[in-house]
Amino acid sequence: MLKQIEGSQAVAEAVALCRPEVICAYPISPQTHIVEGLGERVKSGALAKCEFINVESEFAAMSVAIGASAAGARAYTATASQGLLYMAEAVFNASGLGLSIVMTVANRAIGAPINIWNDHSDAMSQRDCGWIQLFAENNQEALDLHIQAFRLGEELSLPVMVCMDGFILTHAYERVDIPTQEQVDAWLPPYEPRQVLDPAEPVSIGAMVGPEAFMEVRYLAHAKQMRALELIPAWAGEFREAFGRDSGGLLHTYRTDDAQMVVVALGSVLGTIKDTVDELRRDGMKIGVLGITCFRPWPIAAVRAALAHAKRVVVVEKSLAVGLGGIVSSNVRTSFTGSPDTVHTVIAGLGGRSITRAALARVFTAALADKLEPVTFLDLDRALVERALAREREQRRSGPIAENILRDLGVVAARPH
Amino acid sequence: MPFQPVKFYQTGTFTVGNRLLAEDERSVQSNMQRTNSLNSGHRACQGCGEALGARYAIDAAMQATNRQLIAANATGCLEVFSTPYPETSWQIPWIHSLFGNTASVATGIAAAMRVKGRSDVRVVAQGGDGGTTDIGFGCLSGMFERNDDVLYICYDNGAYMNTGVQRSSATPPAARTATTMAVGAEPGNVFGQGKDLPAIAMAHGIPYVATATVAELRDLEAKVRRSMGFRGARYLHIFVPCPLGWGHASQDTIRIARLAKETGVFPVFEAENGEVVSVSKIRRKVPVEDYLRPQKRFAHLFGNPPRADVIGRIQETADRNIRRFGLLDAQGAKP
Repeated sequence: MLKQIEGSQAVAEAVALCRPEVICAYPISPQTHIVEGLGERVKSGALAKCEFINVESEFAAMSVAIGASAAGARAYTATASQGLLYMAEAVFNASGLGLSIVMTVANRAIGAPINIWNDHSDAMSQRDCGWIQLFAENNQEALDLHIQAFRLGEELSLPVMVCMDGFILTHAYERVDIPTQEQVDAWLPPYEPRQVLDPAEPVSIGAMVGPEAFMEVRYLAHAKQMRALELIPAWAGEFREAFGRDSGGLLHTYRTDDAQMVVVALGSVLGTIKDTVDELRRDGMKIGVLGITCFRPWPIAAVRAALAHAKRVVVVEKSLAVGLGGIVSSNVRTSFTGSPDTVHTVIAGLGGRSITRAALARVFTAALADKLEPVTFLDLDRALVERALAREREQRRSGPIAENILRDLGVVAARPH
Repeated sequence: MPFQPVKFYQTGTFTVGNRLLAEDERSVQSNMQRTNSLNSGHRACQGCGEALGARYAIDAAMQATNRQLIAANATGCLEVFSTPYPETSWQIPWIHSLFGNTASVATGIAAAMRVKGRSDVRVVAQGGDGGTTDIGFGCLSGMFERNDDVLYICYDNGAYMNTGVQRSSATPPAARTATTMAVGAEPGNVFGQGKDLPAIAMAHGIPYVATATVAELRDLEAKVRRSMGFRGARYLHIFVPCPLGWGHASQDTIRIARLAKETGVFPVFEAENGEVVSVSKIRRKVPVEDYLRPQKRFAHLFGNPPRADVIGRIQETADRNIRRFGLLDAQGAKP
């Protein structure tokens, strides 16, 4: 059924259709509307056979999900930003124990300085936590990825993180096609755990493992993620047959066939990038787009194939590996057979900074003319940075960095986001 | 079966006379009915109070729930010594997740049981004092506040024993640990710090809070059984001496635990909905010195000259416990 609804509500609809049994909720923007939507469904009885638990922290949210999943229940939670970091110990634990929990991450910057707006720092900080990480480009894909996530996680006994851009997607009203309960039931079988806490068949879960077996346990987690590289595209095909649309998969390409340069990105910014590419194509530039849907496992072969004919790659990424540059670009380089020097990193949109077509067109044009630095910060206010550096040279006690920069900037009129 | 009050004690030792009880009320180590939930062969130290407490507590919980029990365990001695895989001493479904999240994991298990219509399956969470009063405190308070159907058992040995005897917020004043060294003008742990977790649990207004020691296993078992008669969050705080961390002889575990109770250092009581409903009276009051002296963690109090002032402060704390909980009968108050 077609509905014009908020992204968070679309995800709540999708999760509810997956018949979760335990949902743990802790508020953090911009994820909160999702669990609010689910809580209302549980309380009203619309979502039956489900426990909605208001916990006292994100650490507890993931821990309740761990207990519920180990006891055989389909468990779900959602978080963002600081919340994801606060639960980090339990995030690693969930994957280490092989529990198929699904979690939405409404991507948001990490402080300090505190910032509620969108970038990918939160999800990227957990890229090696052992979860499958899927990134939605739009709200339809966010909805669909959740349905795929439960099946994928439960098949592999691995947790799955569905990442969607905070505010840009979670708070955007878009038309989405919501499947019927019958469609989802037919596609997603009931949860059959490989391990379960059951008095009739007692097992110990979570024992100490020493050097004699730790490597093998970790390898198996890796092997399962490698298997996901086969399942994800296969099930995207099945999903297309069952639901009638393309969603998920490892990656999406756009106008790459004859492209000399390919722009790589994740999430909602792909829309802006495609529009920019269309404009540049009209000017005769041979440029295409590679959108990564599955970031973990890293689809090394699929990315390599997609970049096989590219002479140059520009990675637009919404997170910063401080002291290095780009996280996604580092991954892209493992899949690029051309010179690593021709992979450019464009750090963009940190803390919700708007990524405009004009700015993207400038860096793409510069890249094609071989005039782009290896690492570029899109729309960085150099003068502002220079003032801050000068202040630090002049004065030992130069004061708090962020507050000084804000003072330099003066009062900024509120802008729509 | 009514719980028969015990009135007879063996002279001198205060040991509850099992022989004086009806056979089906005795707490017997080798009882054929015992489930051996924490089975033999684990790697606890000789005289480990925590192993003893866990064995009796979990067996009693198994009995009370008709063997429909799942346990969540915090990181710590109990977790490490019971599951050096491929060996496990647990004959019940058991999960260890992290140090600080055990109460939340138990909440998740209880939620799963509820949603699956298995209200007959009950959940126990257990941890040491570090995992309970310090790192697991947030999750524990959340579990209490939501009144989730979980019995949380804290085995309190007053320090982080698994990592080498470091101070926790349950370490008593003056006690020497690896991080409250017996040096300086005021050796050992400082006065005026630490958490009274049974009182904090009671302040949450949860249905049942109790304390117990491994010196009175029959009382401990009765409290576990009683706790299983309630739905909602329950808290059992068990005093478990640690020969390694406390520096007492391993055969003295039960004696030390009994002295903690008989001095008033550790008040043994039960509370329902935030109100104390019963206390275990002190049979014959003994000075705290009798409790402190056998433990090397307090050895610096008995040097030359002895720290009578510090021992006096500990005595004041014990006397306050006795007054607060009414631990002495009028008769027992006499010298």
